Amino acid sequence: MTVLLETKSLHAAYGETKVLHGLDFAVRQGGVTALLGANGAGKTTTLRALCGMVRTQGEIALAGKRIDGMATEDIVRLGVAHVPDGRGTFMELTVEENMRLGAYTRPAREATADFDRMFGYFPRLKERYRQQAGTLSGGEQQMLAIARALLLRPRLLLLDEPSFGLAPLIVREIFGIMRRIRDEEGVSILLVEQNATLALEFAEDAYLLETGRIVIAGKAAEISKDEGIRRSYLGY
Amino acid sequence: MEGFIHQIISGIATGGIYASVALALVMIYQATHHVNFAQGEMATFSTYIALVLIQLGLPYWVAFIGAFSISFVIGVSIERVLMRPVANAPVLTSVGVFIGLLLIVNSMTGWVFDYTIKQFPSPFPDKALFGGFVSGHELGSTGVTLSVLILVYLFFRHTRLGLAMRAAAFNPVSSRLVGVRVGWMLALGWGLAAAIGSVAGCMVAPVVFLDPNMMSGILLYAFAGALLGGIDSPLGAVLGGFMVGIIENLGGAYVVGTELKLTLALVIIIAVLTLKPSGLMGRRVYSRV
Amino acid sequence: MKTFGPIAIFVLLAAVVPTLLFSGYHLFQMTMVVVYGVAILGLAILTGINGQISLGHGAFYAIGAYTTAILMSSWDVPYWATLPVSAVVCATVGFLVGLPALRLGGLYLALTTFALAVAIPQILKHKLFEDWTGGVQGLVIDKPDAPFGLPLSADQWLYLFSLAVGVVLYVLAINLTRGRIGRAMRAVRDHSVAAEAMGINLAMLKTRTFAVSAMYTGIAGSLGAIAVAFVAPDSFSVFLSITFFVGLVAGGAASIGGTIVGAVFIEFVPNLADLVSKAAPGAVYGVILIAMMFLMPQGAGGFIAMIWRRLARPGGQ
Repeated sequence: MTVLLETKSLHAAYGETKVLHGLDFAVRQGGVTALLGANGAGKTTTLRALCGMVRTQGEIALAGKRIDGMATEDIVRLGVAHVPDGRGTFMELTVEENMRLGAYTRPAREATADFDRMFGYFPRLKERYRQQAGTLSGGEQQMLAIARALLLRPRLLLLDEPSFGLAPLIVREIFGIMRRIRDEEGVSILLVEQNATLALEFAEDAYLLETGRIVIAGKAAEISKDEGIRRSYLGY
Repeated sequence: MEGFIHQIISGIATGGIYASVALALVMIYQATHHVNFAQGEMATFSTYIALVLIQLGLPYWVAFIGAFSISFVIGVSIERVLMRPVANAPVLTSVGVFIGLLLIVNSMTGWVFDYTIKQFPSPFPDKALFGGFVSGHELGSTGVTLSVLILVYLFFRHTRLGLAMRAAAFNPVSSRLVGVRVGWMLALGWGLAAAIGSVAGCMVAPVVFLDPNMMSGILLYAFAGALLGGIDSPLGAVLGGFMVGIIENLGGAYVVGTELKLTLALVIIIAVLTLKPSGLMGRRVYSRV
Repeated sequence: MKTFGPIAIFVLLAAVVPTLLFSGYHLFQMTMVVVYGVAILGLAILTGINGQISLGHGAFYAIGAYTTAILMSSWDVPYWATLPVSAVVCATVGFLVGLPALRLGGLYLALTTFALAVAIPQILKHKLFEDWTGGVQGLVIDKPDAPFGLPLSADQWLYLFSLAVGVVLYVLAINLTRGRIGRAMRAVRDHSVAAEAMGINLAMLKTRTFAVSAMYTGIAGSLGAIAVAFVAPDSFSVFLSITFFVGLVAGGAASIGGTIVGAVFIEFVPNLADLVSKAAPGAVYGVILIAMMFLMPQGAGGFIAMIWRRLARPGGQ
């Protein structure tokens, strides 16, 4: 498989507290990779590390180019879009302004064409276009966050717990849209999820994180079939 | 009755000055949660720069734009040099730095331009207009400050850069994730605030005469206006500034007399902070324990 | 108190050496160092130890100064008797200011006290109070002579008198801040929510701290008025409040001993800086403030306190 993103011996720390201890993993080009684990395992920190938002040691390579140590704004311009946990919505701004910010790094005319494609995936955003983003429901804010990320035309999409705090019906709707996105946009996805079933259905490859270390790595399909792994690590 | 109307119009004219300085304060507060105690001194320094340019022979409006631009650059430089380390410092530290900046700018102004009171020209005709209700300068000054405020509003609402600056102020983390260079947005905010200050200084100097301590009282009124309108609402700050201008004039003329006008500002500040700390248009902020 | 010995020696030296060696203006400067020390001590109690930022302590200094001046010139009250009155007046005003201050956090309190500092000269000049305050011209008061016919000049007596008052106030402050109340004050500064959860009555503590702080700076104002023998509104501008703030920071904010360092700083630096240019004192203050904030967040006094602690524990860490 061709690899879009690869890490070697990635360590990360918040101040003095070490959180990640030497991770080696890869994201397949054009595919979906899942990062699973319990609360506090270090999944969110991993995504933050990839974006240069925490202090790291070790190598991170995007299509062969080293990005560890780079500033977030520069990593973003290389085509990495991060949908953070909690959505990261600009609450005080309108839906339109949120989307315009998503397209900030791109020439204005290109971006406007993309807006229509986003409305194709998320028609609700068109309805709420001029509304203040803080008034949107959780599910709508998640859609807005994904749209904002896609407007970057990223090569790599980092999704941090898209199902968090959402009703199952909405989650299914969003994952359905994400399948379409995977098929139509040609973007590689690294998905962090606490909901393992959902993630393993969606992804091709999976890694399991436990207190900052990768304990299991393999094909998603195999992992979800393995009862032993499911019982010990995934809780079902 | 005529006197009353004149007081109101005068109040609007000075209110424009307060609104401008209040806007500068709120712009920096919104982005950094710091109050720039040195805003007044920076505006005074800018006004001296304008005077120097005029004395060099430049036409008034060229000098005006020159001072505006130079102030912008000074504002950007101050942010880049002094403000990065203070960004997440405790309140006492940041207050110390801003007071330090106040002292340095104030002394530099005195040292470079000396302490004698100077006259500053007004580009507007001296005569009374509209049957004596308003002077040429009052009308012109209101026009200039209003225009600047409207231009700033349009900039923030309708340009990409303005949007990026607002985003950086509201949510720096998410802004980085869309590629906005947050540090430079803060610097631009400082530059713009400094430039707006220079407009206020040039408009008020013909009336109160130019000396290094010209703006300390005005800064107080601007604080009162910003708090009254809501220290995290730019529109509120502008409205608050105009309101304080009118209150100050009416209060000074009819209630407390001109000698106690500064006390009026103090009373407004205390009243707002005690009764409705978020101001008329600000958002209530609840902090999680 | 382990440090009683060195402090007693220091006080003795402070009493004897300047009195014998200096005279006239230089002795006056030493008196002002004591006065400013007490003033900054007031600010240290409120801002350094209790965490309530005040940029307006010049107001309390002014109130103390005017209380003494008015009592002496309108009612012929002897200078020493004005001190207790000044203490009560300033403590009351401080308490009253402390009440609305309860609702203001760091930055807003700084802003409000700054506004107070800017507005105070105008209030002092106002016609309503002119009969007592002397308006713009201010009041001149008599410089007291040494009592009981002691063989001391007026300057010498003033210095020793101020020193005595200062020592008493400093000892009281040390006791206050080392004990239970001092710990409560620091707890409120560092984490007020937790402090409240542990049973500290936030409102009482904060307003009382304000009262004590205002009282100290007010007494300093009284001593200062007696030493200068003159009060006028323009001596109490916003720059006075800023000067006290600079003295506080230079001495290390939360350090009692540091307040003396701060007092020496604000008494002597302007004289030296003035030799360079009229504008220089402000610039020097500003640069020192910013440098302190960046390099030594605990100020010179904190630095000295740290060394003192190291010396006191020869074998320790």
